[in-house]
Amino acid sequence: MSAFLIRRLIQSLAVIAIMSFLVYALIGLMPGDPIDIMIASDPKLTPDDAARLRALYGLDLPIGERYWNWLSAALGGDFGFSRTHSRPVLDVMGPHLQRTLLLMGISFVLSAAIAIPLGVWAAARPYSLHDYAINLFSFAGRSAPPFWLALILIFVFAVWLGWFPAGGLETIGKGGFWDRLQYLVLPVLSLTLLNVAGFTRFVRAETMAVMRQDFIRTARAKGVSERGVLTGHALRNAMIPIVTIIALDFGTLFSGALITETVFAYPGMGKMIYDSILANDFNLALVGLLFATFVTLAANIGADVAYAVLDPRIALQ
Amino acid sequence: MTAAAIPVAGRRELRLRVLRRFLRHRLAVVSAVVLAVLILASVFAPAVERLLGADIRDVDLSAILQGPSLAHPLGTDELGRDLLVRLLYGGRISLLVGLAAAVFSAMIGAVIGIVAGYFGGRLDDLLMRVTDGVIALPILPLLIVLAAVDLTKLGLPPSIANSGDVSLYRIIVITALFGWTGVARLVRGATLSLKEREFVRAAIAMGASPWRVMRVHILPNAISPIVVATTLSVGGIILFESVLSFLGLGIQPPIPSWGNMLTGAQEQLSSAPLLMIWPGLMIFITVIAFNFLGDGLQDALDPRALSD
Repeated sequence: MSAFLIRRLIQSLAVIAIMSFLVYALIGLMPGDPIDIMIASDPKLTPDDAARLRALYGLDLPIGERYWNWLSAALGGDFGFSRTHSRPVLDVMGPHLQRTLLLMGISFVLSAAIAIPLGVWAAARPYSLHDYAINLFSFAGRSAPPFWLALILIFVFAVWLGWFPAGGLETIGKGGFWDRLQYLVLPVLSLTLLNVAGFTRFVRAETMAVMRQDFIRTARAKGVSERGVLTGHALRNAMIPIVTIIALDFGTLFSGALITETVFAYPGMGKMIYDSILANDFNLALVGLLFATFVTLAANIGADVAYAVLDPRIALQ
Repeated sequence: MTAAAIPVAGRRELRLRVLRRFLRHRLAVVSAVVLAVLILASVFAPAVERLLGADIRDVDLSAILQGPSLAHPLGTDELGRDLLVRLLYGGRISLLVGLAAAVFSAMIGAVIGIVAGYFGGRLDDLLMRVTDGVIALPILPLLIVLAAVDLTKLGLPPSIANSGDVSLYRIIVITALFGWTGVARLVRGATLSLKEREFVRAAIAMGASPWRVMRVHILPNAISPIVVATTLSVGGIILFESVLSFLGLGIQPPIPSWGNMLTGAQEQLSSAPLLMIWPGLMIFITVIAFNFLGDGLQDALDPRALSD
C-alpha cells in the first residue's frame, strides 16, 4: 500500500514537472510579449530601452534557462506578479479559488443529492419506463453544449422572468450574503444540470453491476425488503466505484466550471485562467493552469487511495 | 472469430447478424438517418444558398434580426445574414472537425495501443503511464492555451498563421491530441488477447515481422472497438470545438461555426432569443445522434453478444 502510494506520488510529481515545462513553453508562445506591451503603454521607450528591459527580465535567455529561473523562484514561493491585477499572483488566485470552491462545492452536493436517488431508482427496474426516461435525460445532459444550457437559463430566468441576475458576483455597492446568493443561483443550477447528467449514469451503471452479485440474491432470500436491498446492500457497495469515477473525472468537473464561470461572468479560477490567457497575463495563466493540473492529479491519487481504503478486497501493489 | 478463420459465407452471415442487431437499436437507426440528413444538408449548403439567393457573406444592415420569412426561412442574424445558410455552413465545419479529429485521434490511439499491447514490458508501461497522464489533465484549459498559441512564434509566416483555414486545422489537431486515449486503451486490451491466439502465434512462428503481425493479423481484428470508440468520440470533439469557438478561440468569424454563431447570439439574448436556439439545437442534435449511434454500434459489434 505505502509502496504503491510512493510510486504514484513520484509518477505524479514527474507529470507535474513535465507539465510545468510544457505549459511554461506554451505560455511563451502566446501572442504578444510583455516588453511589447510595455512599449505600447509607454511610447517614449527606445529600442535600446526595450533590449535592456528584455535582459532585465531575463527574456533574452534560452527557454531552458528561463524555465529554470522561473522554477527556482516558484519553489521559493515567488510566483511572480500578475500584470492585469498588479498584484502578486498568489494574492489574485486566493479569492478566485475560494469562489470556485464555493460554486463547485454547492453544485457537487446538489448533484450527488439528485443523481444518487435517480440512478438507484433507474437501476432498481432496468428497462422500465422511468429507467428509459432517466437514461434519456442523462444522455441529453451529456450531449447538450454546456454554454448553451447556460444561455437558455439566462434567457429564461434573467431576461424573461427577471428572477435572478444574469451574471457577475454581486450587485456593485451592495454585496452581502443574500445578494451574493442570488448571483450564485443560475451558475449553480447550470453546473448542477451538467453534473447530474454525468453522475446519474455512473450511479445507474455501478448499482446495476452490484445488483447482479450473489450477495444481493442472498439478501433477498433471507427476506430483506427490496428497498433495503437497494440502499443497504446495492448502493453501499456501488458507492466505492462511484466515488472513484467521480474523482477520476475531476478534470471534466473543472472544465464545466470554467465554461459556467465564463458565461455567467463569475470571477472564479476557470474565468481567471481564461481571462489571463486572453489578456497575456503570463504569470497568472501559468500558475492557474499548473494549479488546475495539480488538483486534477491529486484527485486521481485520492481516488486510488479511497478505493483501497474503502474496499478491503483490493490490494494495491 | 478472426477474419482469416471465418469462411466467406460465414463472414457474410456475421455481417448480416451485426446489421440485424444494429437495426434493433431504434434510437441508433434514427440517429444514423438524422446524421445522414445533416451531412447531406451541409454538403449541399451552397445549393441551398443559391436557391435562396442569399450569399453567406452578404451583410445587410437594413435587414438585421428579422423573423422567419420566405426569403430567410429562419430569419437573419445581427448582421442581416441568412441564418439557415449560416447554420448549414456551420454544420460543414462542425462535422468536418468532429469526423477528421476523431479519425486522426483514432489513428494515434490505434498505433499507441497496438505497440503497447504487442511489445509489452517497459514500452507498454511507459505508453500506458503517458496515457494515464493525458487522461488526468484538465483538458479544456489546455485546449484554450493551445488554441491561443501564436503560430508565427513557431516560425510560420503570418500570411499562413493568421488565415481562416489554419484555425480549422488547428482545432482538428489539438482536439485529436487529447482524444486518442480511449482508443489506445481499447486497442491495447484487444491486442493483449489477440497476441495469445493461435493464428497470431502461428504467424510469428512462421517468421512474420512484428510490423506485419500487427498490421495484417491484429489491427483488422481490433477494428470493432476502434469503430465504436471513434464514433463515441465524435460528439465530445464537436462539443470541445463549439466551446472553443464560442470562447472566441476556435473557428474565427466570418467563417460560421455553430459555436461562434452562439457568441454573436449571446449579445442579442434579450432582443432575439431565437438566434441562440438554432445553433445550440444543431450541436445538441448532432452530438446526441453520434452518441446514440456509437451506443448502437457497440451493442451490434460486441462479440460477447454475437452468440444470440
